[in-house]
Amino acid sequence: MKPRSRVMTLVKKEFIQIRRDRRLLPILLIMPVLQLIILGYAVSSDIKHLATAVCDLDRSPSSRAFVDRFATSGYFDIRYRTVAEGQIKDLMDAGRVRVGIVIPPRFAARLARQETATVQLLLDGSDSNTANVAQGYVTQIVNAEAARIALERLGPKGVLPSTVDPTVRVWFNPDLKSVNFMVPGVIALILTIVTMTMTATAIVKEKERGTIEQLIVSPLHPYQLMLGKAIPFVIIGYADILIVVLAGLFWFRVPMAGSFALLLILSGLFIMTTLGLGLLISTVSQTQQQAMMLGFFANPPFMLLSGFIFPIASMPEPVQYLSYLIPLRYFLVIIRGIFLKGVGLEVLWPQALVLLLFGAGVLTLSALRFRKHLG
Amino acid sequence: MRSRIWPILRKEFLEIRRDPRSLAFVLAMPVLMLLLYGYGISSDVKRVPLAVYDRDGEARARELTRRLTSTGYFVVATRVGSLAELRRAIDRGQARVGLTIPEDFSRNLAAGRPAPVQFVVDGSDSNTASIAIGNIAAIGRSIELDPRDLRPEVSLRPARDNPAPLELRTWVWYNPELKSSNFLVPGLTAVILMMLAAILTSLTVAREWERGTMEGLIASPLRPYELMVGKILPYVLIGLVDVVLILLVGVFWFRVPLRGSLLLLMLSSTIFLLGGLGIGLFISAATRSVQVAFQFSILVTMLPALLLSGFFYPIENMPPLLRAITALVPARYFLVVIRGIFLKGVGLAVLWKELALLSLFAGLMLVASSAKFKKRLE
Repeated sequence: MKPRSRVMTLVKKEFIQIRRDRRLLPILLIMPVLQLIILGYAVSSDIKHLATAVCDLDRSPSSRAFVDRFATSGYFDIRYRTVAEGQIKDLMDAGRVRVGIVIPPRFAARLARQETATVQLLLDGSDSNTANVAQGYVTQIVNAEAARIALERLGPKGVLPSTVDPTVRVWFNPDLKSVNFMVPGVIALILTIVTMTMTATAIVKEKERGTIEQLIVSPLHPYQLMLGKAIPFVIIGYADILIVVLAGLFWFRVPMAGSFALLLILSGLFIMTTLGLGLLISTVSQTQQQAMMLGFFANPPFMLLSGFIFPIASMPEPVQYLSYLIPLRYFLVIIRGIFLKGVGLEVLWPQALVLLLFGAGVLTLSALRFRKHLG
Repeated sequence: MRSRIWPILRKEFLEIRRDPRSLAFVLAMPVLMLLLYGYGISSDVKRVPLAVYDRDGEARARELTRRLTSTGYFVVATRVGSLAELRRAIDRGQARVGLTIPEDFSRNLAAGRPAPVQFVVDGSDSNTASIAIGNIAAIGRSIELDPRDLRPEVSLRPARDNPAPLELRTWVWYNPELKSSNFLVPGLTAVILMMLAAILTSLTVAREWERGTMEGLIASPLRPYELMVGKILPYVLIGLVDVVLILLVGVFWFRVPLRGSLLLLMLSSTIFLLGGLGIGLFISAATRSVQVAFQFSILVTMLPALLLSGFFYPIENMPPLLRAITALVPARYFLVVIRGIFLKGVGLAVLWKELALLSLFAGLMLVASSAKFKKRLE
């Protein structure tokens, strides 16, 4: 047999095995869409509708007007109006509100006498992220209100200080839709799961069943064996790319600014790396369980440290260095660049080069290990 | 009956012992993950790289840039000489925000007119972008320039002649310094436990099917629930060891205050763990192959625990349908419990509803997987 047809035979065998497991193929193809839905809708940085309790001890028209500023901002849902400050603490203990606003007695009187009126803000710090954002919103509202009152006090002869007047334009994703940000990321994530973990387990499965020996004594070269094992999952991986891109384009209306062909080609570079890692995992694990666990625990670092969700620039420095070792980091720049910015190789070549080196390195290393491992 | 569970327990322990690598993995991984993510995940968007195109070049323009960077939200990644260069810096991802200061910036300020500056934000990372926009707006407002003060060296000074009409006093409860590790560590505990529980059991039964040893177990006089208890107990123990390890790292390394009852914490972790193990068992009873079991457990445990539990993204902000789905995610309730015990120091009086739901969930999962076994047996 020609080497090529030998590989093809193995690929065929692999596909028969995948198909025999009735659930595997559907889940591999449906999963990306489910992930896209969860990630596209759940991950959103705009924090709105914060459950809020208000304790208005003044109960004057001006304190009510002040509370209305919070209610109409859209950031705060005023769920409770309490009479005593202590009740806010109980509500927060029970997790019913995250924000408490206390307006002290004589709020209106102080304002009328041109004094400083104090407003108390109570925050549930157990979710520090939300607390930070809520604090920002409250500060903005209070500052705007303070500026308005200050202007009133100055009267008609008052001069407003001149200000820096920033205008902001958003490129690439003007509506700041998080789905636009997620679709490219999901492609990368799916490729990791399918090509890395699935390849690793497919090989380890043969080990567990003892059928690997048969493959070894067959006239297959180790590299043919590797290819035959990997090709089916590469094909499934590309099918997943197609599904995600189609779902992104037609369901989520994510624009595709760049070249689809370039996306497919550069995905190949990334697949080289994930396949290499998959093979590497297969050589260090004896059971599918071990391979799964390695794959399972390799996933979150990919997700969390690559810039997939959390910006790398905001991480502490040692973790930033660590992220250089994660190939997904480079692929994300590429895939988001093509999708959203519409840039090509002229911009993305450094990332492509790193991925190529990564892929070649990992693949060679694991191929060598794989050969020794079999021999 | 006890004696029937015992042998299967022993068998399971033997299998675990035979595979020390997996065991070491299961014990070391949660701690490693906690360390890595406790530091790696940052809720705040800081040091956003900025490209500055300063066409003015005067002291006031430099002062504006300094103001932007002194907040820590922005760092000047590059200074460019043309709009095309600005565009390229953002295309390459070298900068995420571009600032253009027009030629007449200083002149406008000196004349007491509003001085427009233009920001361009890379929206491809929508999260970072929207936070950066918020920061820009906040900084823009805070830089008020006094028109009467024309000396360039002190040109950017907040104008505050009159007493401020309003003063905001902020009290942050439970986590006064807003340390993100206080927020992340309890949350991560939930995520890690869920993943761990699911992966531990989702594979044990699927493996028996694959190896063909399941038939042997079925043919034995074991009742389905005995088989289940035998399968689950060892992993409950391993899971509890992990809980203790995670708590130790959280309390002694990250210095997360444990204000509530340790006993209640252990108890609720056990209930949560049982639910997770139940899911895993159900998955592995329903699927006959390790690979499918793995895919399912990622889908059913890891993603929901990470994204739909309120671990990082507040549930209130999700669209209604997704919010309804989160009601089915046990990690959501456990998060309320663990954050409540850790940071708020509350007890059963507040948390009984969540604990009841978690127990209900664990019970349902165990009964369901038991039933799934039974069906398979017939």
